[in-house]
Amino acid sequence: MIAAIFSLTLLGAALGLGLGVAARKFAVEGDPLIDEIEAMMPGSNCGQCGMAGCPAAARAIAEGTASVAACPPGGKALASALAARLGVELDLAALVDAGPQLATISEDLCIGCCRCLKVCPTDAMVGAAKQIHSVIREACTGCGNCVERCPTEAVVMRPVAVTLQHWVWPKPPAAA
Amino acid sequence: MNEYFVLLISTALVNNVVLVRFLGLCPFMGVSKRIDSALGMGLATSFVIVLAAALSWILGHWLLVPLGLGYLRIMTFILVIAAVVQFTEAVIHKMAPKLYQMLGIYLPLIATNCSVLGLPLINVQQDHGFVTTLVYDFGSALGFTLAMVIFAGMRERLALARVPAAFSGPPIAFVLASLMSLAFMGFSGLNFK
Repeated sequence: MIAAIFSLTLLGAALGLGLGVAARKFAVEGDPLIDEIEAMMPGSNCGQCGMAGCPAAARAIAEGTASVAACPPGGKALASALAARLGVELDLAALVDAGPQLATISEDLCIGCCRCLKVCPTDAMVGAAKQIHSVIREACTGCGNCVERCPTEAVVMRPVAVTLQHWVWPKPPAAA
Repeated sequence: MNEYFVLLISTALVNNVVLVRFLGLCPFMGVSKRIDSALGMGLATSFVIVLAAALSWILGHWLLVPLGLGYLRIMTFILVIAAVVQFTEAVIHKMAPKLYQMLGIYLPLIATNCSVLGLPLINVQQDHGFVTTLVYDFGSALGFTLAMVIFAGMRERLALARVPAAFSGPPIAFVLASLMSLAFMGFSGLNFK
């Protein structure tokens, strides 16, 4: 028992030490700006910005190909912090932070064409041809692809209804 | 020497780790769209397989067996594999950033590639010596890389072929993989005597 605990602990420590040394030795000096922006991002890799996770979004923002307001979960706070860091003008009043949104389907308008199913990146749309579609709340990331695709405007983005299970503390107001 | 050569051929071709043992199918399907990324993945996995097997053998014979800790074998091997994969990731990130971009998520997934854990366990099961272990795992890694590269080459051609709509994409790739597996079964007729 003692031998098992001791030897595995020792092994883990030795491997960890080796990895630590390797991480120092093979450290990649990336663009420090990208690393800094990435550290400011939420880091949940939710994909709501349409890019492959926060590292990709950080790179795009640093290169200027994406707006500083590209991150929906970051909201106004992140956008203004990024704008201050990058020296970009940002009109906070124009930035409507509608909060997290989910796609919802108006059942009287849905014609069951299945087009939204094909553009959904997370397979959150369920339905079959000529059947009224529906949205799986847990799978929807709120990217809005389906809204543009819908021929009858049956898909609309609605703010997530707050329930006891979903309520969180409000975000701190943006530092001025 | 001759014995090791036979072992190399039999692990690389006759008992190919992907096509005959059906281990490590995730990267086989996932990173086989282009030859260069398939080759990179094959080489990275080979490096991990050989290094992890050597370390596992040493730990297994010099640490676990003397202390009577055989029941910790899988846990120890997983620990070793995870560390080796992290190490490989750091090295590739430094040495070949382009390859690092191409392999993407599949690089850390080498840690969950079952051939990497399977081979050290097979080594224990068949009671291989240290050199035999090295040759056996090197041959298996070679077979893995070979299967990856051949498969990627065929998928590159397949991208230009007119595949029936119902079969396009992954389905035809699975059909192709099964045909390749059948072809590799032909190697079981090899006789070295």
